[in-house]
Amino acid sequence: METASQQTPATADLQQRELDAMCVNESVLKHPWWYNLKYSAWGILFGIVFVKAEIVSWFRIQEMFRFESFHMYGVIGTAVMVGLISVLLIKRTKARTIYGEEIHIPDKTFNKGQVYGALIFGLGWAITGACPGPLFAQIGAGYSVVIVTFISAVAGTWVYGRFREKLPH
Amino acid sequence: MLEAIKQPWPWYVAGALIGLTVPYLLLVGNKTFGISSSLRHLCAACLPANIKFFKYDWKKEAWNLFFVGGIALGAFIAANLLSNPDPIELAVPTAEYLASKGITDTSSLQPSEIFSWDQLFTLRGLIFFVIGGFMVGFGTRYAGGCTSGHAIMGLSSLQWPSLIATMMFMIGGILMTWFILPTLLTL
Repeated sequence: METASQQTPATADLQQRELDAMCVNESVLKHPWWYNLKYSAWGILFGIVFVKAEIVSWFRIQEMFRFESFHMYGVIGTAVMVGLISVLLIKRTKARTIYGEEIHIPDKTFNKGQVYGALIFGLGWAITGACPGPLFAQIGAGYSVVIVTFISAVAGTWVYGRFREKLPH
Repeated sequence: MLEAIKQPWPWYVAGALIGLTVPYLLLVGNKTFGISSSLRHLCAACLPANIKFFKYDWKKEAWNLFFVGGIALGAFIAANLLSNPDPIELAVPTAEYLASKGITDTSSLQPSEIFSWDQLFTLRGLIFFVIGGFMVGFGTRYAGGCTSGHAIMGLSSLQWPSLIATMMFMIGGILMTWFILPTLLTL
């Protein structure tokens, strides 16, 4: 972070965006905005899955944390297995993106946030019955009061950013 | 066919489709899967307030906002065109436990005893929506990811910090469910 100013603006910006964020755009291509509709299309499928498999249900999260149903463990376990195999295949075959770019998956570095922050999120997850993805899906599915949860989550993110330097990492 | 789609989808179908998000995003645009980052991009776009954490080119990450917008739209479609008319089938012990706390309405995906605007202005509602939501937003960003970024993308690419984060998510959820929620639910 301190050395960011000595680097080129582009690298510094990438580092800033990367800052402990898992989801980073590794592509260097610049495309018009409507190229992003590819992500909306997958998002629509994703939202349908979230509702139809009842992953957005507060009840299902209760069942999971009470160890009284296999459903959510099955969903997450299968997703990880499919993801794992896909990443292995992509690495083995040195697959490129549809625009011919080399695929790069950034490594995570450990910091204390993955303990403290993750614990706080876990506590909140069991109360709200929603991680960030299902928040959007609950609102879309018509549970309008979840807008309050969503705004609070954005506020939580902002407060984290505001006090980031003072928190143990 | 439509009748089959309207039934709740089994875990393996949902899990496989969610898992395929990882290669889809990588192959289509070199993007790593993660949803909680969208909350950060919203902060960066709407209220950066000169905070270093929010001073970056969020427009480059706009794909993530298109993705979550799609999630909301997909959920709208599923809830309005493909919805299952039957009540949610809960595990019997969970249903009995929740009934003992006064939560019996299983006609929809969320219990109406909690998820309503009337409830928002009670102490319980304040905790469930405002404080709970705050913890989700604060915690995921502090942890550097949520269930998608750490548990799915992180574990898929064998990142050990993600394994720690995922275990802590579960520990937090279990502590809340077993030791704190029993009191919160009766507020």
